[in-house]
Amino acid sequence: MAETSIATTPPPDTLLEVVGLSKSFGGRRGRTSGIRAVADVDLTLRRGETLGLVGESGCGKSTLSRLILSLLEPDAGQVRIAGIDFTHAPERHRRELRRRIQVVFQDALSSLNPRMTIGANIAEPMRLQGLGSAALRRTEARRLLGLVGLRPEHEDRYPHEFSGGQCQRIAIARALMLQPEIIVFDEAVSALDVSIRAQILRLILDLQRQFGLSYIFISHDLGVIKRICDRIAVMYLGQIVEIGPAETVCRAPRHPYTAALLRAIPIADPRRMRVSDLGQIEGDAVGAVKPDACPFAPRCPKQFDPCDKRRPALIDVAPGHQAACHLNEPEAC
Amino acid sequence: MSAPASLVVTDLRTRFGSDRVGATVVDGVTFTLLPGRTTALVGESGCGKSATALSLMRLIDKPGRIIGGSVTLNGRDLLGLSESEMEQVRGAAIGMIFQDPLTSLNPALTIGQQIVETLQAHRPMSRADADRTAIDLLTRVGVTDAARRIGDYPHHFSGGMRQRVLIAAAISCSPSVIIADEPTTALDVTVQAKILRLLHDLQGAMGASLLLITHDLGVVASMADEVLVMYAGRIVERADVDTLFHDPRHPYTKALLACVAGIEDDRSVPLEPIGGSAPDLWNPPVGCRFAPRCPVVQDVCRSQDQPLRRISAEHEAACILVEEDRMHG
Repeated sequence: MAETSIATTPPPDTLLEVVGLSKSFGGRRGRTSGIRAVADVDLTLRRGETLGLVGESGCGKSTLSRLILSLLEPDAGQVRIAGIDFTHAPERHRRELRRRIQVVFQDALSSLNPRMTIGANIAEPMRLQGLGSAALRRTEARRLLGLVGLRPEHEDRYPHEFSGGQCQRIAIARALMLQPEIIVFDEAVSALDVSIRAQILRLILDLQRQFGLSYIFISHDLGVIKRICDRIAVMYLGQIVEIGPAETVCRAPRHPYTAALLRAIPIADPRRMRVSDLGQIEGDAVGAVKPDACPFAPRCPKQFDPCDKRRPALIDVAPGHQAACHLNEPEAC
Repeated sequence: MSAPASLVVTDLRTRFGSDRVGATVVDGVTFTLLPGRTTALVGESGCGKSATALSLMRLIDKPGRIIGGSVTLNGRDLLGLSESEMEQVRGAAIGMIFQDPLTSLNPALTIGQQIVETLQAHRPMSRADADRTAIDLLTRVGVTDAARRIGDYPHHFSGGMRQRVLIAAAISCSPSVIIADEPTTALDVTVQAKILRLLHDLQGAMGASLLLITHDLGVVASMADEVLVMYAGRIVERADVDTLFHDPRHPYTKALLACVAGIEDDRSVPLEPIGGSAPDLWNPPVGCRFAPRCPVVQDVCRSQDQPLRRISAEHEAACILVEEDRMHG
């Protein structure tokens, strides 16, 4: 496999690398006239790690996940799995690489085939890959049903016979069928009631411990992200504006947008927060981004001189913690 | 002395299906909304919280029907009104805000027309006056440049702005009660923060009572004065907001709060899911409906309904343990 040169070598336990990934919609290909849904994103995911991707609607997190899963062609950049270029690999190799990364979406019921039994749904990825005999696939599907907390003897039932939480368990079983190393959870618990959400999060964490899986966990809900992720990447208008250890990012955010997001979350304790304490920020995350300005500048409470003149780079603010804000530059202090 | 009640709901019962085969989705619900106060109705999907709101506005569609109880608004019995009388109550004395502003707004009408329509349905008013009032209302809910934007259509507006338009329509006739069913569930958190603040400020200025229906305990904690916890068609706990979060007495409320703490606090708090799932209301369990999932269930809970038991004037819970706690001091 040909290696394209990148400036820095990633740490040895890196499993997934996203390098310079960009995707625009609406413009003509190769030109930047459209909406830049994902703009020059770099990311790494280590083995056994959970990386949270958080941001509000339209920030580009779902586009980024589809690029990572190779469900969309990027305009530029690449995704590497264990050092192999997934984006530019020939189709035969891509099929193999697809086995290593699987996805669970928000709406489990609509992501399952309603005309197939749940056993067949779970076995489907293996059948599509042309792996194993029908009998072996069936045995494996039954084993996975048990693993995700459902009864193997229900394999002949159809998706509509199950609740939302159970469908999400079935979708997780299907994602496990090809024994992937990475699972992308795209708003996978967002539609669930809180009591069921806790059950599914526990299952997800148990599976990770059992199989050493690596997760990318996409959500608009910073509360959930904070709970289960090792690191958090915060996206705003197609860019990563802050990335670092979950605990640090939530306790001491270094980008005003991260801080604003955290202050806007209502806390389930009336002694700690009432409506007047909820953080308010100006405007909406819409509109054209000026190429030479910070995308958050129009809404930023801390905007100062350089913000609409230079776009801040994502720079180190602490070991393993980066933010794209002029406030973190030495001359700003 | 207690303040005059604006909306009193007593033993409200709503059923889908027939007398023999069916589901009583609102099963003996009783509460009072007071002027200037926010009451949160909280529970998980299917618990009957939206059905309660629709029932008290008499918007339950067939095959659902109200089978018992009463709803009075400032002393007037709403369940006895004719449909045309009820239409005058909806949108005027009771303002309504729903989760999805895009489907609640008519896509073929401009923003201005939607509000003018509500205004003219309830008050004789010239078109010019209605337009002026609509602009005032939109400005009041934070739509900038309202005079120009009343000519825009709903799809020109962002989700948060659409919700502001719905709020403007809901308050257009100065209602004494505002019912908001998951008003911020579809919104991003930064937008949610702004809409919650707006609702709170408007309600304060109008002195209306607000019934806020939500599954989000964070929203409850920041907005509510009083909280009603609903499970399987029944209210299982009622308390002022501080008591509910710091001295919950029903095992379901406790379990719900533990789930949220497990999800939203740091990793040192274990994830404590509630086992099982909510009962099927077409075939509800005998006795307390939470009994099959309850960690402290007793034999009597599986055979006898547990009514709301008084703990203080502001606090009731439908659990046998309230009795035991009382006996043990």
